[in-house]
Amino acid sequence: MPDVENQVEPGAEAESVPSRRRALGGLLRWESLLVVLLLVSIAYGASVSPYFLEWTNLFFIGSNVGEIAIIALPLTLVIITGEIDLSVASMLGLTGLFMAELFQHGWPIWPAIIAAVVLGGILGAFNGFLITGLGLPSLAVTIGTLTLYRGIAQGILPSDTISGFPQGLASIGVVPIPHTHISYSVAIFLGLAVIFGVVLHATPLGRAIFAIGANKEAAFYSGIRVKRIKFWLFVLSGMICGLAGVLWTLRFASARYDSGIGIELFVVTVVLLGGVSIFGGRGTIVGVVLAVAVLGCLQSAMTADLIPAQDQNIVVGGLLLASVIVPNLGDIYRRARARLEAAGARRHAAVVTREDGT
Amino acid sequence: MTSVAEEQNVIERRSGSRAFAEFLVRFRELGIVLALVIVIGGTTLDNHLFLSAANIQQILAGSAIIALLAIGETIVIITRNVDLSIGSILGISAYATGVLYVHHPDVALPVVFLLALAIGAVCGVVNGLIVTVGRVPSLVVTLGTLYIIRGIDGAWAGGNQVNASMLPESFNKIGYATVLGIPYLGWIAIAAVAVATYAMRSFRTARDFYAIGSDPDAARLAGIPVGSRVFLAFVLSGAIAGVTGALWLSLYASVDAIAGVGYEFQVIAAVVVGGVAIFGGSGTVLGAALGALLLYTINTALVVVNVSSFWSMALAGALLLAAIAFDRLVALRLAPTMRTRRSARA
Repeated sequence: MPDVENQVEPGAEAESVPSRRRALGGLLRWESLLVVLLLVSIAYGASVSPYFLEWTNLFFIGSNVGEIAIIALPLTLVIITGEIDLSVASMLGLTGLFMAELFQHGWPIWPAIIAAVVLGGILGAFNGFLITGLGLPSLAVTIGTLTLYRGIAQGILPSDTISGFPQGLASIGVVPIPHTHISYSVAIFLGLAVIFGVVLHATPLGRAIFAIGANKEAAFYSGIRVKRIKFWLFVLSGMICGLAGVLWTLRFASARYDSGIGIELFVVTVVLLGGVSIFGGRGTIVGVVLAVAVLGCLQSAMTADLIPAQDQNIVVGGLLLASVIVPNLGDIYRRARARLEAAGARRHAAVVTREDGT
Repeated sequence: MTSVAEEQNVIERRSGSRAFAEFLVRFRELGIVLALVIVIGGTTLDNHLFLSAANIQQILAGSAIIALLAIGETIVIITRNVDLSIGSILGISAYATGVLYVHHPDVALPVVFLLALAIGAVCGVVNGLIVTVGRVPSLVVTLGTLYIIRGIDGAWAGGNQVNASMLPESFNKIGYATVLGIPYLGWIAIAAVAVATYAMRSFRTARDFYAIGSDPDAARLAGIPVGSRVFLAFVLSGAIAGVTGALWLSLYASVDAIAGVGYEFQVIAAVVVGGVAIFGGSGTVLGAALGALLLYTINTALVVVNVSSFWSMALAGALLLAAIAFDRLVALRLAPTMRTRRSARA
């Protein structure tokens, strides 16, 4: 099997990879692992705070991860096609700021919200054009646009904060949907998750997305419009980031250039923890939804345990590394054993030769 | 997935520009120097103080930091990997250096730089081990360690700060002293680039980096120990970032938990602008260092011509995208020339 660990672009040789996760016996067991992880996080939370299992806390868990969860859905599709979008947090920041600027310049709030989502689509289309039109690697492009989009936001509004949104809308981040304990962002996430799940797992488009990630060339020659699908996935990613940017801005009731800076760590962690292969071609929406629940509970439990945000980043970064290393453990073990055996055989051969010589 | 026929169409239409495209590739360094001259010339026309000795020294010292980091990043990118954690490594090493001085004001300079080197190398070993043994894409690994190392730095530093008054004069001097009008940091960067350029041309290990980046599978078949070379690239990048952390502290003379945040993007932009292929396999340390100089000069020029320095991040992103798009277009023009030559030789 040719090795692919040195690829800058994940999935560039995805055809050799599907065996990678076989070590863990398929996705079903990966998802049961996630359920165990979720139960552990809940137990941890309940043990550090008596309020952890209360309905109010469910709302806070949800509203904390809502935007991250929403962004994770299109990113799941992007990663399944073997590409990556690192610019999501910057698109969230720039679209939120754009909405706030329009509102401050006298736009009514709803048109401003729609304009933010449209801007997200344009930002995503720029990513998509560079990647599919010019054929550039998505990693390099989205590192560039991560910097560019955040930089534009910083140039527009270096130090100020825009606030003063209409009362009714600004409260959707801090109050649950009436008569429930679910935040608006979680409701939107769940609705979108159902749509994304159906599209990914039950439509020809979904099959095409998996096919592109499994083998780009084969997908192309079987008539799948690889470039067009990828382009629109990046546009979709941008639009959803626009939506998340609006929700983020309303939740904090203010827009700053650094809104959501660094949350690409959380979004990528959720997607990969959800069992989506970084090499493309594999993954489920159910896994990603479970991973969102794990991250939400874990974050809330750590906050209840008075662990500062910096230290939480260490845990989340560790979770990211673990979610890509664990599926490879079987492989790593096998290779190490093969290497030891080979070394042993060489030593044995050397001894035999020496004995022959005497 | 551009089909070959499509590419050839594009190229045949513009075959006249082929020679020019080849020129651009061959003389990338010359192009950067030209851009540098234009930027400096234009800005000086606007404000003649731009070419004052003090400003030139400030530019040289500041870009030396980016250029040093760019050397390590170049090595990693040439092997078709990426190291996003260098900003965090620089941060933690700078803070460690500061803390060392707070507790042991009389510690000798070599010890300080050895400590910085060791911290960086340890971070590089972690990155390298996970990438090569864990067989995980470097993008994911270093995205993780970017936040993990920064988190450790933050937990350690908290809200504390080490500033110039806690640092000995001999150390601060590295940041501001000059020899022959060029700051120490500039000389250090020039020496490092010279050594790295020589090494990348002449050492077999360094040639392996290029081979791996051009085609990892072919490199393996040719008997190159791909794993240990990639591991080495990450250790070098980490160690360089560690030492640069100590130099960073000597230049800016104060350090807290957010030192070096976002440097990775400036550095990757510099490397790519300097002509290092983001696909791996080609590029020079000299080009990357010149890219760093160009990027830093433009940033300084922005302030001089009264554009807010808050636009510098957007500029780095735009330059990065322009550079990879430019390289791609030039490569498309050059592809047939290369093909003909290869077949002619065969």
